[in-house]
Amino acid sequence: MEQNEDIRLMKGNEAMAEAAIQAGMDAYFGYPITPQSEVLEYLTREMPNRNFLALQAESEVASINMVYGAAGAGARVMTSSSSPGWSLMQEGVSYIASAQLPCLLVNVNRGGPGLGTIQPSQGDYFQATKGGGHGDYRLLVLAPNSVQEMADFVFLGFELADKYRNPVLMLSDGAIGQMMEKVVFHKREINKIPKPWATTGKTPDRERSIITSLFIQPEKMEKVNLELLKKYDEIEKNEVRYEEIMTDDADYLLVAYGLSARISHKVVLLARERGLKVGLLRPITLWPFPAGVLNKLADKVKGMLVVELNAGQMIEDVKLAVNGKVKVEHYGRMGGIIPSPEDVEENFEKFIKTL
Amino acid sequence: MDNKELVTPQCIVEGDETYDLVFEKSHVMTDTRLHYCPGCGHSVAHQVLAEVIQEMGIQDSVIGVAPVGCSVFAYDYLHIDWQEAAHGRATAVATGIKRCLPDKYVFTYQGDGDLAAIGTGETIHCVNRGENIMILFINNGVYGMTSGQMAPTSLEGMKTTTSPYGRDVHMMGYPIKVSELIAPLPGAFYVTRQTVHTPNAVRKTKKAIENGFKYQKLGKGVSFIEIVSNCPSNWKMTPIQSNQFIENEMLKYYPVGDIKVPSKEDLKELK
Ligand SMILES: Cc1ncc(C[n+]2csc(CCOP(=O)(O)OP(=O)(O)O)c2C)c(N)n1
Ligand code: SF4
Ligand SMILES: [Mg+2]
Repeated sequence: MEQNEDIRLMKGNEAMAEAAIQAGMDAYFGYPITPQSEVLEYLTREMPNRNFLALQAESEVASINMVYGAAGAGARVMTSSSSPGWSLMQEGVSYIASAQLPCLLVNVNRGGPGLGTIQPSQGDYFQATKGGGHGDYRLLVLAPNSVQEMADFVFLGFELADKYRNPVLMLSDGAIGQMMEKVVFHKREINKIPKPWATTGKTPDRERSIITSLFIQPEKMEKVNLELLKKYDEIEKNEVRYEEIMTDDADYLLVAYGLSARISHKVVLLARERGLKVGLLRPITLWPFPAGVLNKLADKVKGMLVVELNAGQMIEDVKLAVNGKVKVEHYGRMGGIIPSPEDVEENFEKFIKTL
Repeated sequence: MDNKELVTPQCIVEGDETYDLVFEKSHVMTDTRLHYCPGCGHSVAHQVLAEVIQEMGIQDSVIGVAPVGCSVFAYDYLHIDWQEAAHGRATAVATGIKRCLPDKYVFTYQGDGDLAAIGTGETIHCVNRGENIMILFINNGVYGMTSGQMAPTSLEGMKTTTSPYGRDVHMMGYPIKVSELIAPLPGAFYVTRQTVHTPNAVRKTKKAIENGFKYQKLGKGVSFIEIVSNCPSNWKMTPIQSNQFIENEMLKYYPVGDIKVPSKEDLKELK
C-alpha cells in the first residue's frame, strides 16, 4: 500500500460523505430520507473532530435554500437527498442555477413516482437532465457506477462547480448508495479558487456583491439567459465524460449509466461468451450528454439497446444522438427491481433478432 | 447632528438657489429612486435601517437577505452586500450565510406573506435553532406586491382582493400574531413589535433595529423585530388615512411593545 493511499470498505453514501470532508467542504445541509440518510449521519459523527459544518434542516426546501445562502457567501457547500426530497428542492435549484452559485447536489435515486419505494431506480433521469425546476438552466450531471466513483465525483463535482459557477448534480441510486465496496482515498491537493463575487461583507476595496436571480427587465433577463447559454456551450465542449467498453469491434451496443451500466458490463461478457460482439457505452456525464461518440458508434453498430431502471428516459437522448442511423430500443425494469445480467442478455438477444 | 450644526447650517448651492443643509440622507442608501408607493412604510423602514448601519459603522460587515414581496428590490437601495431569496426562504438563506460567516451581521427583511405564510416553517425553525441573526418583519396585513390579496395577518373583516367581503375568520382563519407565536421559543432572544407611522414610532423602531444588530454579538439567538406597516395602495387609502388605520385598527390587534427582552446579565455581557 502506498503511503498516500487510504483504502476502506464503505457504503457509497459514506464514501461520498468522507470524500466531501476530504474535499474541503465547508458546510452540508440536509434532511433525512432513505436511501441516503447515512450521509448526514456520517457527517454529524465526524463533525466534532474535523473542520466543517453539518446541519440538519427542517425540510429539503430549507436545506437547498441554506445551500443557496452558504454558496452565495463563498462556502464550498453540499446537500444530498433522494427522489421525493430532490423534487422538493427544485425551486431552490432553479434559483441557484440562475444566480450561478457553485455547489454540489446529490440525488440518490429511489423508485417513484410519489412516495414510491426506497429501492434503487433511475426514474429521475429526465428531472436531472431536462430541468426539474423552472426556466432555462442546466446542471452538470455526474453518474457514478461504484462506491469509488461516488467518492471521486465529489472532488470532481466541487471543482467543476467552482470552475463554471454552476450547480453540479451527482445522480446516484439506492443500490450504489447502499452497497459496500472497496474505496481508495488518494491524498489530493484541494484547490479553492477565490470568489470575489461572494457576499462576505462589502469591504471598502471592492464593489458590493449581490446574489440574485431577479432580472425584471426582459432585455436584462435575456442577456442573463444568453450568458448562461454561453456557459452551457462551454461545458458541452469541455466536460463530456464517458466510458467505452469493448466498442472497438462491436456489432451491437448497449448504452447504460450508473447501476445499469454495471449490469450491462456483465451482459457484454455473457453475450461475448455466446459469440456476440457487443460493446457498452457508459455516459458518465448525463449532461453534457456524450452524443458525439454515440453518433460515431452508430456508423459501426447494427443496433443499440438502452438499459435503464426506468420506463425509458435516457433513450430519448440516445435517439437524438443517433439521429435515425440505427435502431434504438429500450429495456428497463421499474419499481426498484434490479434485473439480472441474464435477464438483460435474454432481452438483448430478442432485440438483435429484430434487426 | 449637534446644536452647533443646527445653528450654523451648511449651505448647498444648486443653480440660483441656496439651501440650508439640516438633514442628510444616510450614505448607506444608494441614489436609486425608491419604487415604493407614496407613503409606504417600506421606504421608512429602509431609511431607518440604513441610518442604523451607518451610525454603527458596520456597512462592511452586514449581509442582508431580501424577500419576495414589495421589498424584493431592497438590495437596490441599501449599499451593502445582499442575497435575494426565494419567496419565504429568507431565514434559511440567512442561516446558510451566518453559519459560514459567523462574525458578520446578517439580517432578513420580509413581508407577512413571505414570513408568515409560505415561509412559516423556515421562520419557526430558524428561531428555534436560535440563529444569531436579525429578522425584520414588515407586517402590512396584505400581499402588497401581488396587488392586495389576503395575508395571514389581514385583520378580521379586512377587505382584500381575495376576501372581497371582508376576512371571515371562520372560513379563512384568524390573523396570525407571529411575534407572540415565536417569543416563547428558547431560540428567540429579543422580540419586539414596533411601527413606523409617527416620528416617535420611527425613533423607537430605529432603537430596536440597533439592538437587533448589537445582540448578534452575544450569540444568543434571533432578534425578531416586527414592524406594523401600511399599504396605502392596496388598502385603498391615502398615506395619512393608512397611518390612521395603523393607529386605530392594526395596533389594537397587534399592540406595540417589547414581547421578549434580554436579561440584565445578558446586557451586562454586551458591555
Ligand atoms: C413560490 C412563489 N409563490 C408566489 C409568488 C408570488 N408572490 C410574490 S410576492 C407575494 C406576496 C408578498 O406579500 P408580503 O410578503 O406580505 O410582502 P409585501 O409585498 O406586502 O411587502 C407573492 C404571493 C412567488 N413569487 N413565489
Ligand atoms: S403596494 Fe403597498 S407595500 Fe407595496 S410599495 Fe405600494 S404601498 Fe408599499
Ligand atoms: Mg405584506
